[in-house]
Amino acid sequence: MYTQALNTAETDDRGLEDASKAAQFQARIDAEERIEPNDWMPAAYRKTLTRQISQHAHSEIVGMLPEGNWITRAPSLRRKAALLAKVQDECGHGLYLYAAAETLGTSREDLVDAMLAGKAKYSSIFNYPTLTWADIGTIGWLVDGAAIMNQIPLCRCSYGPYARAMIRVCKEESFHQRQGYEIMLTLCRGSDEQKAMAQDALDRWWWPVLMMFGPPDAASQHSDISTKWKIKRFSNDELRQKFVDATAPQAQYLGLTIPDPGMTQDAEGHWRYSEIDWTEFKQVLAGNGPCNRDRMAARRKSHDEGAWVREAAAAYAAKRAQRQTAQAAE
Amino acid sequence: MPAANIQVSETPLVLYALRRADDALILGHRLSEWCGHAPMMEEDMALSNIALDLIGQARELYSYAAKAEGKDNDEDKLAYLRDVRQYRNLLLVEQPNGDFAQTLVRQFFYSAFADLYWRAMMTSRDATLAAIAAKSEKESAYHLRHASEWIIRLGDGTDESHQRAQAAIDHLWPFTGEMFAVDEGERALIHAGFAVDPGTLRGCWLTTLSDVVSEATLTLPQNDWMQQGGRAGRHSEHLGHLLSELQSMQRTFPGQTW
Repeated sequence: MYTQALNTAETDDRGLEDASKAAQFQARIDAEERIEPNDWMPAAYRKTLTRQISQHAHSEIVGMLPEGNWITRAPSLRRKAALLAKVQDECGHGLYLYAAAETLGTSREDLVDAMLAGKAKYSSIFNYPTLTWADIGTIGWLVDGAAIMNQIPLCRCSYGPYARAMIRVCKEESFHQRQGYEIMLTLCRGSDEQKAMAQDALDRWWWPVLMMFGPPDAASQHSDISTKWKIKRFSNDELRQKFVDATAPQAQYLGLTIPDPGMTQDAEGHWRYSEIDWTEFKQVLAGNGPCNRDRMAARRKSHDEGAWVREAAAAYAAKRAQRQTAQAAE
Repeated sequence: MPAANIQVSETPLVLYALRRADDALILGHRLSEWCGHAPMMEEDMALSNIALDLIGQARELYSYAAKAEGKDNDEDKLAYLRDVRQYRNLLLVEQPNGDFAQTLVRQFFYSAFADLYWRAMMTSRDATLAAIAAKSEKESAYHLRHASEWIIRLGDGTDESHQRAQAAIDHLWPFTGEMFAVDEGERALIHAGFAVDPGTLRGCWLTTLSDVVSEATLTLPQNDWMQQGGRAGRHSEHLGHLLSELQSMQRTFPGQTW
């Protein structure tokens, strides 16, 4: 079930790195070739991708919690089935991404352990609570919308397994986004109470969603080298602007007000948003968001309470293998 | 004003569809509680998938019950606006998830029955029930395979998993008898060829159970005392809590479209 062997694999090629290999590697990147798991790659490239892909995977898994919070309370059977299917998709994305990360030489177990130990990050957006049903619509519309903005360019990422994973993930995310928007549309066409619920959700999620694109370009640590390696194709601010431009008319169509009184459309048609409160972002990243502790506690609880099940599965698999070997020897 | 309970004219056919719909919804709901909290990601997906199948079955059966009733009810009214005394599901499916062993034993007992039941129902003279059966049978066969494999893994895994699996079997066994019980209304549907007599499935069900349980090095209880009441709306205390969560939106915001 788990790729144990990867834990012990010798993947450290740092000693072998030399200038000509690095130049060849960069030439392949520049020629838009895909790098595959068995190809030579700089240790830093491997490390960067392992970090990024695993953070992405952790985000999918932790992201199941805020939406999962409404599966048992969804307001109709159709919504219940759709939400359950959606959260299940997120889990599938997580698994798919862990598998992509494993091709770089770190096992899923190690990656998950790092997350549970608080050593690996996941998207800060999942540290906000889902208080009403409108939050489920808003997450689909805005959080998945922002994720798509980030992920569409990743379909052309230089690392083959990640790029291919993203193609599939983006298809599903785009379905989720439309589903979320449809929830919002239903609310906005509903009673005053429902419309107020939709506006309240937008008010609470707007700024945290803008923060999903990461720090402003001037302050981003990883952008330069990631751009050179074609892991990243657009800067944080470019993607954020694309997202705001796409979202502003959608909010207008819903009849909702984006909670930014200073927002204006410039001569080129771009929607210019006000200053983002990066103090809040830093606080959430530092573990002080409204739900950081709850999310980590929930993941650790499932992991700890599931330990005996995983042990049983491993013990049974070992027994069965032993029996098969014994049978073969007879 | 909170949304009031609907009234349902429970003709034998309506009641028959409603009982199976309630089984599927309540069990699907229980499984959906695991989503995001399972012992491994593969099981988050598997349990959600099974839950989705069951919720899908429930929707078809509720829609059919509403159609057979021929009034103003629909799948959502039937699911969200009946209280605990109006629910008709088996006591087995409303039992809490407990640990992973309890969830899987509950699933195993139910799926071993559902697989046989839906296969037999494919020849129902009621075309809708036969069509629902054809789809549900495929799903149940997979649910049974999934649960059986886990019963074997847990039973023949570690000492702890063995103990937990045996405890779950002993705990849930008294809720299995209800699956085979038939009342007068159902007896008439059976005679008319609309429904199958579940009593005729018990032998096969026991064989499936015995095979899997013995491979798992576990044992079935000798105790024959069986709990019942779910089909008549006499439930355990657990169902009310489940419904208060399931129905909270419809009860808080009556008559709205979501």
